[in-house]
Amino acid sequence: MTLDKVKPGETVKVVKINNTGAIKRRIMDMGLTKGVEVYVRKVAPLGDPMELTVRGYELSVRKEDAAMIEVIQGGKN
Amino acid sequence: MSDIKIALAGNPNSGKTTLFNMLTGSKQYVGNWPGVTVEKKEGMLKGFDNVIIQDLPGIYSLSPYSLEEVITRNYLIDEQPDAILNIVDGTNIERNLYLTTQLIELGIPIVVAVNMMDIVRKTGDKINVENLSKALGCPVVETSALKGDGAMEAARRTVAVANSGENKNIPCHFEGSVEHAIAHIEESIQSIVPKHSVRWYAIKIFERDEKVLEKIKLSPEDNKHIEEHIVECEREMDDDAESIIIGQRYAYIAKLMEKTVKKSNKYADGTVSDKIDRVLTNRVLALPIFFAVMYVVYKISIGTVGDWSVGFMEGLFENIGEFVSGLMEGNVSPVLQGLIVDGAIGGVGSVLTFVPQMIILFLMLAFLEECGYMARVAFIMDRIFRRFGLSGKSFIPMLIGSGCSVPGIMASRTIENERDRRMTIMTTSFIPCGAKMPIVGLIASAVFGGSALIATSAYFLGVAAVIISGVILKKTKAFAGEPAEFVMELPSYHWPTVSGVLRSTWERGWSFIKRAGTIILLSSIAIWFLSSFGFGEEGFGLVEDMNESVLAKLGGSLKWIFTPLGFGNWEAVVATVMGLVAKEEVVNVFGVLSAVGEGAMDILEAGGAEAIEGLKPIGEQFFNGSGLSAYSFLIFNLFCAPCFAAIGAIRREMNNAKWTVGAIVYMTVLAWVSSFVFYNLGLVIRGGAFGINAIIAIVIVVIGAYLLFRPNPYKNEKISIKYGDQ
Repeated sequence: MTLDKVKPGETVKVVKINNTGAIKRRIMDMGLTKGVEVYVRKVAPLGDPMELTVRGYELSVRKEDAAMIEVIQGGKN
Repeated sequence: MSDIKIALAGNPNSGKTTLFNMLTGSKQYVGNWPGVTVEKKEGMLKGFDNVIIQDLPGIYSLSPYSLEEVITRNYLIDEQPDAILNIVDGTNIERNLYLTTQLIELGIPIVVAVNMMDIVRKTGDKINVENLSKALGCPVVETSALKGDGAMEAARRTVAVANSGENKNIPCHFEGSVEHAIAHIEESIQSIVPKHSVRWYAIKIFERDEKVLEKIKLSPEDNKHIEEHIVECEREMDDDAESIIIGQRYAYIAKLMEKTVKKSNKYADGTVSDKIDRVLTNRVLALPIFFAVMYVVYKISIGTVGDWSVGFMEGLFENIGEFVSGLMEGNVSPVLQGLIVDGAIGGVGSVLTFVPQMIILFLMLAFLEECGYMARVAFIMDRIFRRFGLSGKSFIPMLIGSGCSVPGIMASRTIENERDRRMTIMTTSFIPCGAKMPIVGLIASAVFGGSALIATSAYFLGVAAVIISGVILKKTKAFAGEPAEFVMELPSYHWPTVSGVLRSTWERGWSFIKRAGTIILLSSIAIWFLSSFGFGEEGFGLVEDMNESVLAKLGGSLKWIFTPLGFGNWEAVVATVMGLVAKEEVVNVFGVLSAVGEGAMDILEAGGAEAIEGLKPIGEQFFNGSGLSAYSFLIFNLFCAPCFAAIGAIRREMNNAKWTVGAIVYMTVLAWVSSFVFYNLGLVIRGGAFGINAIIAIVIVVIGAYLLFRPNPYKNEKISIKYGDQ
């Protein structure tokens, strides 16, 4: 499953980031690394981007970027 | 004793700016990093006479991919400050420490200031500063920039480590095989790089950081040897080297967090900020609230208060002009009087007219930025704007631009991404501003019997120009590069500080006066000269009649450019040029040059049948009563170079002569092409002959459609960061 498909209110775990170079680096620099828990808080009123909680802070990611992030169900909440 | 240089580094939203202001007071120097629009701030530390604090751009990492990060890296590596003061947001410590671990590797003496401690305490979280200090090997100080606690203490500690050169930094530790590879790299480079930064270079080489590899230039044997180690690690961990480092860095921080941070569950159902956010970005409420906020911003800055302040300033400068005229009458030559009253005072007036309005706008923008709502504006509007190469934050410049392009363009300052910002600057003035409305009204009354459709269509045209420009320009080389990924922090909401809001307002306002002012003043004087001098009966000198001015001659020699647009007469050219001083001038110029006379604006304002009757001569004389010609003129004047004040604002925000000229040329070319296509296709539709111009118009439409719909040829090109390439 990829992160863009996750529904608001669910918590998932990052497995892999399917990209290279600057975009991957930027996503990982913001704390979205392998094994980290991500809580999907909400989706913007127009359907994109989405708001995540990761490592204790709020991050907004476009769905097209979230589609690069492979996740599995799991985690607390 | 020589000067001590302290670099202030930290994440965006870590309170760095507030702290910087607190430490340096008013002794600041604001400029730009060479060649880029990224702001550079320097200041003297209060209470010391030899300590300079260099504020670095807010960044999340020392990667080689963003301009801000490269600026920071180059500064830290090449300028070698005596110490780093790293500001860490205590409420968001995990991600903030990610940068800290990278800064520590540089081997420069460092002090970590854990900021926002007042909020940390309020939430009941505990940060064990001693353990953190032990683990990182450097002093850690608790601060609260908002309350002013600990800031000076942090600065004093940083001066102390700078003086002693003490450096017991403990860099973060990676897993066995990675450390093994890094040790090998360190061995090969230790003779080429400064001793204290060996580890930073080694890790960067392990990450295959292009900028560092270019600088170091390893021998082919070393390179091969090192590459073997890296590949081995990558195979073992099934990931690329860069990701291995990032992953393990965060893993190290997670362990560090266990030892140093205790989270309370006091706000298990969300902090106050979470609750605010649930309302403000709620699926249903977000848009109504957003439009309400925008309405208030608009109403205050452009509506009531803004209108009043512009009117007041205009009146003020008119009075000053009359007063000075009165003093000079008969005492000095009319040339000097004209230069001073119409040229200089008028020019200064046109700079300062916007200042009160801009200050009001900047106050509100600073408030929205500091409290955290601006990031949500981008979040809410991103979906619409990103298709046109704009940012969600471009909404505000466009909205303000419908009142006045000058503050609109200045409002683009809130957009971080340089490409988005440039695109916004280039397109904001397509939205018809308040001063263009008299032109719209004139054309509607003089030719179209006062039809309200003309005004509506002007706004549609403006929005269409923004969209078409966005789509076409984003596929050009100048805007090429990977699409800026939208991974944006949504900072917690908090009350802004009064001093922070005021300071940001002051800095923006002043930079407009200083940098936009010169260009506005000079061009106002130039136009005054052209329009009031000419060859009259007594040779070259001041002329009473605009007919005899240099500008009229110039208009006559340039009218061929506008003949294919349907208004090839010198009066229309002069009106357009005078529109550069202020767009509403177009109405006055047409009045003076026709039978209507000086009261054209009053007639227009009277509206209704009076305006339609009164202004008819203008339509007859300059457009032969042709709707096509008149509307073509309107299109040209809506899109072409904006007034000098807006050009000054563009120059200020682009901070680059080439981009400024490029933007103006683009607008004017778009204006000409749009009018050309409209007029000539209009002629054909009305049953005219199908001539060469119609064919050219169709070709232009085809080329335009191609530019609009072609795939982006630069889509996969890498971002090239041209700053400080060694």
